[in-house]
Amino acid sequence: MTAAPRTLLDKLWAAHEILRREDGVSLLWVDRHLVHEGSHHAFAKLAARGLPVAEPDLTFAVVDHYAPTRARAQTADPQVRRMIETLRRNAQDHGLRLFDLMDPGQGIVHVIAPEQGLTLPGLLINCGDSHTSTHGAFGALGFGIGATEVAHVLATQTVWQRKPKAMRITVEGTLGPSVTAKDMALHWISQLGTGGAQGHAVEYAGSAVRGLSMEGRMTLCNLSIEGGARFGMVAPDGVTFDYLAGRAHAPSGDAWDRACEDWAKLASDPQASFDNEVVIDAAQIAPTVTWGTSPDQALPVSAQIPDPGRIDPAKADAARAALDYMGLKPGQALQGTPIDQVFIGSCTNGRIEDLRAAAAVLAGRKAQVPGMVSPGSAQVKSQAEAEGLDRIFTEAGLDWVESGCSMCVGMNGDLVARDKRCASSTNRNFRGRQGPGARTHLMSPAMVAAAAVTGTITDVRPLLSGRHP
Amino acid sequence: MAGWTVHTGTAVALPLANVDTDQLIPARFMSAPRSEGYGSFLLHDTRRDEDGALRPDFPLNRHPEANIMITRENFGSGSSREAAVYALIDAGFRAVIAPAFGDIFASNAVNNGLLPARLTPEACAQIEQMLGDGTAQARIDLDQSTLTIGAQDFAFDLDASWRIKLINGWDDIDLTRQHAAQIAQFRNNRSQAAPWAWPGEVD
Ligand code: SF4
Repeated sequence: MTAAPRTLLDKLWAAHEILRREDGVSLLWVDRHLVHEGSHHAFAKLAARGLPVAEPDLTFAVVDHYAPTRARAQTADPQVRRMIETLRRNAQDHGLRLFDLMDPGQGIVHVIAPEQGLTLPGLLINCGDSHTSTHGAFGALGFGIGATEVAHVLATQTVWQRKPKAMRITVEGTLGPSVTAKDMALHWISQLGTGGAQGHAVEYAGSAVRGLSMEGRMTLCNLSIEGGARFGMVAPDGVTFDYLAGRAHAPSGDAWDRACEDWAKLASDPQASFDNEVVIDAAQIAPTVTWGTSPDQALPVSAQIPDPGRIDPAKADAARAALDYMGLKPGQALQGTPIDQVFIGSCTNGRIEDLRAAAAVLAGRKAQVPGMVSPGSAQVKSQAEAEGLDRIFTEAGLDWVESGCSMCVGMNGDLVARDKRCASSTNRNFRGRQGPGARTHLMSPAMVAAAAVTGTITDVRPLLSGRHP
Repeated sequence: MAGWTVHTGTAVALPLANVDTDQLIPARFMSAPRSEGYGSFLLHDTRRDEDGALRPDFPLNRHPEANIMITRENFGSGSSREAAVYALIDAGFRAVIAPAFGDIFASNAVNNGLLPARLTPEACAQIEQMLGDGTAQARIDLDQSTLTIGAQDFAFDLDASWRIKLINGWDDIDLTRQHAAQIAQFRNNRSQAAPWAWPGEVD
């Protein structure tokens, strides 16, 4: 055996490469294609050419971006209704499995595909959504594409892509109490910047990453795009297989054994080299909160808001503009900043483990500000209800609603009002992301719960002393 | 999509970093059919005040005729929404010049004939200074990968495959369909080598 050592990326790429053009761009086979209401432009392009969907059995549709989170049976908003009806028509015309509003499998695309066993190690998964990197948590190639590419995958079940460079982020050691995958992600993005991993596929490794549940690994991979990477990956292991065993669309019987044997080989070879390596000490990561309008504008909760006059001049203009938009003053402590509302949900932090972490903080306490909890899927919702988490949220005074993208992007009408400050478990603190003029602070679900209980940005750790995590 | 090699037009500076796709087109406009035109959605909430009136000092409002944009770091980061590119195209833009782009934005741009050209931060800053609050005639030559403003040439970075695609106006679906036999062969091999890659039946 003298084969050159290969990275996980090399192995996955080789397994999907149909051909490589002279200019170095590869034609890749797509194992799963996920579409949602926002894919209407792509279906329109397909219709304009009179083409069918090439592989309807590998294409799955879900209502999530516009899904109403309240009174969903009688959606009043005509625009929301039109978007959902267009997806229904396209799914029906092309014979696609649709996870519709009332389907027990409905939820946010990046939550339900793993839940259904549609996401598996070794697959290439595309979706017209930048957080498709989430699926890399299983040792898959998952990446977001635009509408023209969605139309291309619909028509051909393939995608043209130049192979990215390989980057490894190794987090060694043990995370402190109440420090989560969300903090890990915000931490590295704040260190390396939003372009820190641009042009690279990030493989996450190290004992702290191995120690994460699948939910945590998904959160970590999900946020890769906020650091500029289109791909985030974790090599599959026993945690991965345990999560998948018995899922609806996962292989079973002999096929399962055969699959696990193949999947176990999906790890970077020990000698494989990466174009970029970053090593982080898990013990250095604190509960992290964004203060600005870009995900890299993040700091430990105990920190002070930076003074644009005293930071890297290249970043000063952007920091000044961000503070102006956020209504914050330089030098002010992040902790104690009053908030107006909270949101727990999204494909980043809307899974069962996230809800448990938030409930552990909220149990027996009252929220000082209004807020919403939207589970990432209908399955997460019923699981949470079986565990009594919904009662903890409602007794604390928060609204327990249906699943969907909801206040992550506000397409369904769940918006933060102008100048209101929201502690949010989502992924983007961009200007206007949660509504025109809305001010978003990203943090982990437990930190959002702590913000709810105190009405301010606050360190969750003291609130949990003597309680289970 | 029609290809192009040379574009002569009007350059304007947008001196903002991190203009993400949520700013380029706020989510609430994305349900409109493309046939309605996306130009009026471009940077909607940034170029208007709280009452919806156009801010007179915003560069794109001062110079609606501009069709080449010079801007700062990390343009088009964030969401994969191709509608951000539609908004730029429908507002008349042919090229955006910046030190760095969001990856998905850049490939969406090329798929729609919009050039995402990379110049060093120093060159971008220099052009920004030259333009100030005003505009200048500019010429882009894809064959040469140059942007010319006044007497100055700037050589920009562009993936070779993207340059060819912009020039030819190629449509990938037609190109790919020429490889149909190879794709079918690959599918067949994969179904044997990795049968687990097909979704299991739900009973
Ligand atoms: S929850 Fe937010 S980030 Fe995730 S798919 Fe929905 S809109 Fe995108």
